[in-house]
Amino acid sequence: MSVPVHESHEEELPAWSLPAEASERIRLPVAWPERVTREWAWGGSTGAGIRVCILDSGVELDHPRVGPVERSVAVLREEGEIRVVEDIEGDLCGHGTACAGIVRALAPECELTSVRVLGAGYTGGGEILLAGLAWAIEQGFHLVNMSLSTTKRAYVERLHELADRAYFRRTVLVASAHNMPVESFPWRFASVISVGSHEDADPLAFYLNPTPPVEFFARGVDLDIAWLDGSSLRCTGNSFATPHITGICALVLAKHPELTPFQLKSVLSLTATNVEGGP
Amino acid sequence: MSDLDAAVAAGVLGAEADYRTLLQATVEVARAIFSARASSVFMLDEDADELVFEAVAGEGEGDLVGRRFPSSTGIAGWVLVTRQSLVVDDVSADARFSREAASSTGFMPKSVMAVPLLVEERALGVLEVLDRPPGARVTLTEVDLLGLFANQAAIALDLLQRGRRARAVLEGRGELAALARVAARIESGDATKRAAALQLLSALERLV
Repeated sequence: MSVPVHESHEEELPAWSLPAEASERIRLPVAWPERVTREWAWGGSTGAGIRVCILDSGVELDHPRVGPVERSVAVLREEGEIRVVEDIEGDLCGHGTACAGIVRALAPECELTSVRVLGAGYTGGGEILLAGLAWAIEQGFHLVNMSLSTTKRAYVERLHELADRAYFRRTVLVASAHNMPVESFPWRFASVISVGSHEDADPLAFYLNPTPPVEFFARGVDLDIAWLDGSSLRCTGNSFATPHITGICALVLAKHPELTPFQLKSVLSLTATNVEGGP
Repeated sequence: MSDLDAAVAAGVLGAEADYRTLLQATVEVARAIFSARASSVFMLDEDADELVFEAVAGEGEGDLVGRRFPSSTGIAGWVLVTRQSLVVDDVSADARFSREAASSTGFMPKSVMAVPLLVEERALGVLEVLDRPPGARVTLTEVDLLGLFANQAAIALDLLQRGRRARAVLEGRGELAALARVAARIESGDATKRAAALQLLSALERLV
């Protein structure tokens, strides 16, 4: 885990209660300006040092719009057991490559890892998704892009536990919302950042939604995105709005690695297009 | 509604053709609203882990129904497993996708709008609209509109599936199938026999 500010002191710090003599030891520096601007939040940032996981259909290696991929694994069911293995097949659909390309365009120096959880068929897909997410949280990524959701109630409790575990371990899950009032997950959990689409052409334009559960709207309509075989396509969908927020989060975290997921969401709120500048 | 309830209802109504008509009407309206070249509904066959063409309007209407492909293939498969709708324009930019799309639709579409068909926690299939007019820029209003059609198609598909399960129960040899057959005969019998049968049935109900 390379956001060590709190975690490296985890053993020494009081975790469950705060005795009087310990309050000094958890004193945290306040580095926020009186007014949080985009310049303060990510001005000059390239996303360097931030590890981003693309939990999707795989990522095509050597795609010019994706650039270097740190590691590529696939979550597979082999002989009845779910295993995480090195991925030699790349992207089975094009979608993971598209998401990776969007993050790369916004945060050119972030580190990308692909975790392939899609493509193994519909049946059993939920277990593979859960295993892939659990693996990603164990790896301590700063950000996990989840342009996917499940409606299966059987997975909700475990998914919720994983989302909370990620939140407390400072792995931020950025998840695609539905554009219909559908009960799907994990985007409905408060511990993740959920993303829907707006129609603006500006990749850095994002809106804070005053009426959740969809928390933010990012660019998701008529996008030129990376696709299979080094190609590009024009696409629309919340799944492409999501990596925009992931990319912006990578910029913010690279500049302010001390931010917890809670604080990161606050920074997003304060720098949203409909909030910044105010009335 | 349980399979038995549905079986009893199906025994009386014989509903498959009606549900199929409803599904067909949905794809026809979707195609017309979006001025598209074709619109299709794919149903997930969970046992086979495959998507099956269940209704087609426009291009491919005559010969695609019943054709199958793996449930995680291409745009439709991705939409199904992620429950996320997706609009892809300029499909021809990707040779691999074009070949795949052509082999599964019978023609070479330039654009695809795809939305999952969800009923409660189940993903039943995918609704696709292929080739809107050239140059038509997609808007979120259109994506939402497609979602509304998807709701309707999902309900029709759900009814169709229930009807089929009910038929399977009816055609089975199990004890429960007998109940459905009895219901169907009561419904179609003459008035005197029907009254007597209903009397017998209420006596049976008190007993159990």
